[in-house]
This record gives sequence, structure tokens and C-alpha cells, in this order.
Amino acid sequence: MKDTLFTIKSNRLIAKNTSECVLVGDTSDISASGQFVNIKLDGFYLRRPISVCNVEGDELTLIYKVVGKGTEVMARTPVGESWLVLTGLGNGYDLGRSGNAPLLIGGGAGVPPMYLLCRKLAAEGKKCTVILGFGSKDEVFYEEEFKALGADVYVTTVDGSYGIKGFVTDAMDGIDYTHFYTCGPEPMLKVVYSKSTTGGSFSFEERMGCGFGACMGCSCKTITGYKRICKEGPVMQKEDILWEK
Amino acid sequence: MGKMSVNLCGIELDNPIIPASGTFGFGYEFAELYDINILGTFSFKGTTKEARFGNPTPRIAECTAGMINAVGLQNPGVDKVIGVELPKLAKCFDKKVMANVSGFSVDEYVYTCEKIDKCDQVGWIEVNVSCPNVHGGGMSFGTSPEAAAEVTRAVKAVTTKPIIIKLSPNVTDIVSIAKACEAAGADGISLINTLLGMRIDLRTRKPIIANKMGGFSGAAIFPVAVRMVYQVAHAVDIPVVGMGGVSTAEDVIEMMLAGATAVQVGAANLVDPFACKKIIEALPAVMDKYGINSLEEIIKGVK
Ligand SMILES: Cc1cc2nc3c(=O)[nH]c(=O)nc-3n(C[C@H](O)[C@H](O)[C@H](O)COP(=O)(O)OP(=O)(O)OC[C@H]3O[C@@H](n4cnc5c(N)ncnc54)[C@H](O)[C@@H]3O)c2cc1C
Ligand SMILES: Cc1cc2nc3c(=O)[nH]c(=O)nc-3n(C[C@H](O)[C@H](O)[C@H](O)COP(=O)(O)O)c2cc1C
Ligand code: FES
Repeated sequence: MKDTLFTIKSNRLIAKNTSECVLVGDTSDISASGQFVNIKLDGFYLRRPISVCNVEGDELTLIYKVVGKGTEVMARTPVGESWLVLTGLGNGYDLGRSGNAPLLIGGGAGVPPMYLLCRKLAAEGKKCTVILGFGSKDEVFYEEEFKALGADVYVTTVDGSYGIKGFVTDAMDGIDYTHFYTCGPEPMLKVVYSKSTTGGSFSFEERMGCGFGACMGCSCKTITGYKRICKEGPVMQKEDILWEK
Repeated sequence: MGKMSVNLCGIELDNPIIPASGTFGFGYEFAELYDINILGTFSFKGTTKEARFGNPTPRIAECTAGMINAVGLQNPGVDKVIGVELPKLAKCFDKKVMANVSGFSVDEYVYTCEKIDKCDQVGWIEVNVSCPNVHGGGMSFGTSPEAAAEVTRAVKAVTTKPIIIKLSPNVTDIVSIAKACEAAGADGISLINTLLGMRIDLRTRKPIIANKMGGFSGAAIFPVAVRMVYQVAHAVDIPVVGMGGVSTAEDVIEMMLAGATAVQVGAANLVDPFACKKIIEALPAVMDKYGINSLEEIIKGVK
């Protein structure tokens, strides 16, 4: 874990209410896909947790959806400005579980962490299938980027304005996979959980106080005990999950 | 004795900075970031007789210059704290630590304090009679002088270490409660715990916190804390540990002028994990700026 300044190299709208931001700084503590960073913004007390979408050398790419005041400020921050960013947070995805034919399922703001994961799996020669789920056509992003990694890509939209009409789970039929990795809104994770036929890695979200294990703000119950989503998570294994609430 | 050292209930602290309970875990997350031996000491996560998961999530809500938490005293229970957490802490912290204890009955406070009193690593026991998160629990002890005194008396009867009673600000007359604790044998008073607060999500029209309400803390509560520390420190003869919204070295000095012998830092650690380190490093220059030769001398120095 490190808390260092990152400078914004680019920050642009890539889909409806969705921005891609490339930051330059000390990425040395980012050790796995599925980890997240926690960003300090002027005028806000708590930091904003965002998944690592890609990291290459000293460049860190994040993709975030504008949903409130903090992400609005992020989207308006010009190139050249800096944010204090806590890096190296969370456990991240375990590539060792993937098997030969992993399936990656991302929904909306859960798509970004799938990118670095896909890049790493592709580099290991794995045949990745990717399902990207969005609300409608204007929200779709990164289809081409995933294809460029050599993955088989399916896009679903709830309103059918692009790709397969329906939810990510409507694209799962007929795909053979050895393990799945998924990130997205909790209702989506639940249907993926019930529909899936193999072991899988789920990434969870929770409102966080610290993001590094100090406050117990993000705890959840699992089969193997209490876990902090920011520390023992955000990635949990299928066999460990207890759906509550 | 250094310029920054203070004496808290007979134990000397190298400096008055103490991370507050619930914001510093059992120390080792922070020990990965810096040598936590630079701290005066720290107060560990509120410990109860039995293990607790705490409240459902969301447990955290952001506020202007602060936050609400409704963690609900998640902790592994006193036996695991003594058997697992303290030995782990021993590897990265050489100083006496402040234990923080909560309970849902006088008997539970007694049980937990008696066990913790036997730990060599513990210097002080901070008895939290103020946690607002547990229905019908800690809250009631801290809101009446009689109940606070009853806990104090019962805990004092089974312990040898200094007992510091941590008070809730959610009361009409903090002074009467502090005095009742002093009369019942408390060795110190710490305050303030969090202020009861609430936020509502405009989109869903539901409270953001699953438990609806929670404890408000962070920079925004600093003036309330200074006022209460001032009132209590001028009414009792035992040391007062001041906290609530402290974020800078200047805040520490203000809290000490109001009457605090030592100062705890809570929520600031969550948003800046290096907050306490930065405060300790900044203190000498701020002392110089205000012509302060020794921190001991400024305690209750408000004119
Ligand atoms: C581990 C993790 C990874 C994430 N990765 C991404 C990502 O890659 N892309 C992306 O678009 N979003 C991601 N999110 C969600 C993102 O953190 C929130 O959308 C963001 O914090 C909202 O901030 P705001 O100020 O715009 O919203 P507001 O609603 O104004 O924020 C108020 C408070 O609530 C918190 N909050 C609000 N929504 C969420 C949420 N869904 N999860 C956690 N805290 C929330 C905020 O952090 C802030 O403290 C992630 C969340 C977590 C926990
Ligand atoms: C996430 C969180 C958890 C807390 N847990 C405890 C606790 O277990 N026991 C306790 O006595 N106080 C607890 N507190 C209260 C703090 O120790 C402190 O009294 C309060 O937050 C005010 O200080 P601050 O404004 O610097 O945070 C907690 C506070 C926070 C923010
Ligand atoms: S957010 Fe503080 S422990 Fe996870």
C-alpha cells in the first residue's frame, strides 16, 4: 500500500456518463488485477474507491461512471492536475484458478477490472470469453479493446439497442468455460451465481471508510467467517459467498 | 522528559498523540506503513466479552468534513484479542497500548476488564460507556451519571490499571456524568465519542446507513469536542483525554489548551493513513510558532 500523487494524463468521456482516466505515478504496489485504488478529492472527506482497469509501467487507467458529486468532480478535473491515490488495495483476482478457457463477465461499472484481468490471462495464452453488460447502446465501452486482446466478446444491453438483448446471463448459454470471473451490481452477481456451472471469482462493492482494513466499515459474512471487502476482498470465491441482506 | 512528553495517569507518553479506538484496528495495518512506535500510544478496537459481527452494511456515510459510522463494535471477543491480536501487536509495538472495552451489562464490562487488566502490554483501560450504535446497549450507561458511575465502580473493583471512562457527547449535561465517574474512582475521562447522526439518500429516500443512524465524527465535530473537553477538564481533577475531529498539530494544541492531557485522532486516520505521523512531525514547528516550550505546560492553559 502506498499513498502517492498521480498526475492526470488524459481524462475523457468514452460512453454515456462514463470516463476513462489515465494517471501517471508510482504504480509499484499494484500487484494484481481486481485490486482497487482509493482517491482523495479536494472538498470530500472520504476517498473514492475505483478498480484498476489497466496498469502499464507508470500509467494507471481507471474507468468510472459519474453517479454523484465525487465522480462528477473527477470527470471535470483537467489534464495536468494531480490526485493523492492509495494504491495496492484489496486481494485481486487469482489467475491460477482460470483453467484454459476462462469466462469474464462485467456489468456496467464492473467492466473495468475485467480489462487488466483479460490482458493478463491472454498473456498466459488463455482463451478468454468476455461478456460485457450495459443498459443501452450509448453506455457500451471497451468492446474493441477486449477484442484487441484476442478475446471472444459478447455485448448485452437491457433494452436491446446493441448486441444481445437482455442481461449478461442471457449470453452465458452455450459458452464452455473452466472458471468465471465477474464484477458488477449485486443483482447481476446473484444471477451469475445461480446460473454458473463452475467455480468462480466475484468482486464485491461496499461503502468504505478507509479502504485498507482499519475501520471495519465494509465487513461481510462468508462461509469461512467475517471478511473485510477492502482487505480480504473485494474478490471472493463462489464457494465462500453467503448471500445476505 | 522531552518537550512533547506528557504524563497520562502515571505513565509517560513520548507525545500526546493517540489514534482513537475503532480507527486504528489492532495497529498492524498501520505498522506496514510506518513505525507505530512514534505514537504516544494507541487505543485498540472496542472489545467485548463475546465476538461480534456488528451491524449490517452500509455502515459508512460521508458528510461534509466528516463521516458517519455504524460498525457496531465488530471485534473478535476478548479471548481472541488477548490470545491472537495482542501477540501480533507485540511484534510491531513496544509501548503500552490502551485497551478499549465495551459491554452490554455491568457484568460484561467487569468480565472483559478483569481479563484485560492481566495483560502486561496494556497500560490503560478505556471503558467506552458511549457507543451509540448498539440498541439498548452502551448508550444507556453513558447517558446517566448513576449508570456511568456504576460501571466505573464495578470495573475499578476488579482492576489495577488506570481506568479511563470514555463519555458520549449525546447528553444534556456532560459535566455531571464526568463528575459521577470521578467520584466512583475513575483515573481519567476521555471524550468525545461520536455524535449521533443520520444521512438520507435522495434517490432511494432511505437512510444511507443500514442501521439508519450512526456516529458522526471527523473534522466537523471539532468545536463540539473542544467545548466539552473544556467543560469537563474544568470540573474534574483527573486527566482528560480529548478527541473529536482532531486533524492537525494546531488542533492538538487547541485541545490541550482546552484541558486535554493527551489527544486522540480518529477518523483522520481513515482518510489519511499517515495522519498521526504527520501530526507528530508537525508538532515541534507549531510549538515553536506559538512559543510553547513544553506541551505539559499548556494543558488547560486557556485563559
Ligand atoms: C472496490 C470498489 C471498486 C470500484 N470500482 C469502480 C470502478 O472501477 N468504476 C466505477 O465507476 N465505480 C467503481 N466503484 C464505485 C465507486 O466507488 C462509486 O461509484 C463512487 O465512490 C461514487 O462516488 P460519488 O461521490 O460520485 O457518489 P456519491 O453517492 O455522492 O458518494 C457518496 C459516498 O458514497 C460512496 N459510494 C457511493 N456509491 C458507492 C458504491 N457503489 N460503492 C462504494 N461506495 C460508494 C462514495 O465513495 C462516497 O463516500 C467501486 C467501488 C468499490 C467499493
Ligand atoms: C469507524 C469508527 C469506529 C469506531 N469504533 C469505536 C470503538 O470501537 N470504541 C470507541 O470507544 N470508539 C469508537 N469510535 C469513536 C472514536 O474513537 C472517536 O471517539 C470519535 O470518532 C471522535 O473522534 P474523531 O472525530 O477524531 O473520529 C469509532 C469511530 C469511527 C470513525
Ligand atoms: S473500508 Fe475500512 S475496513 Fe474496509
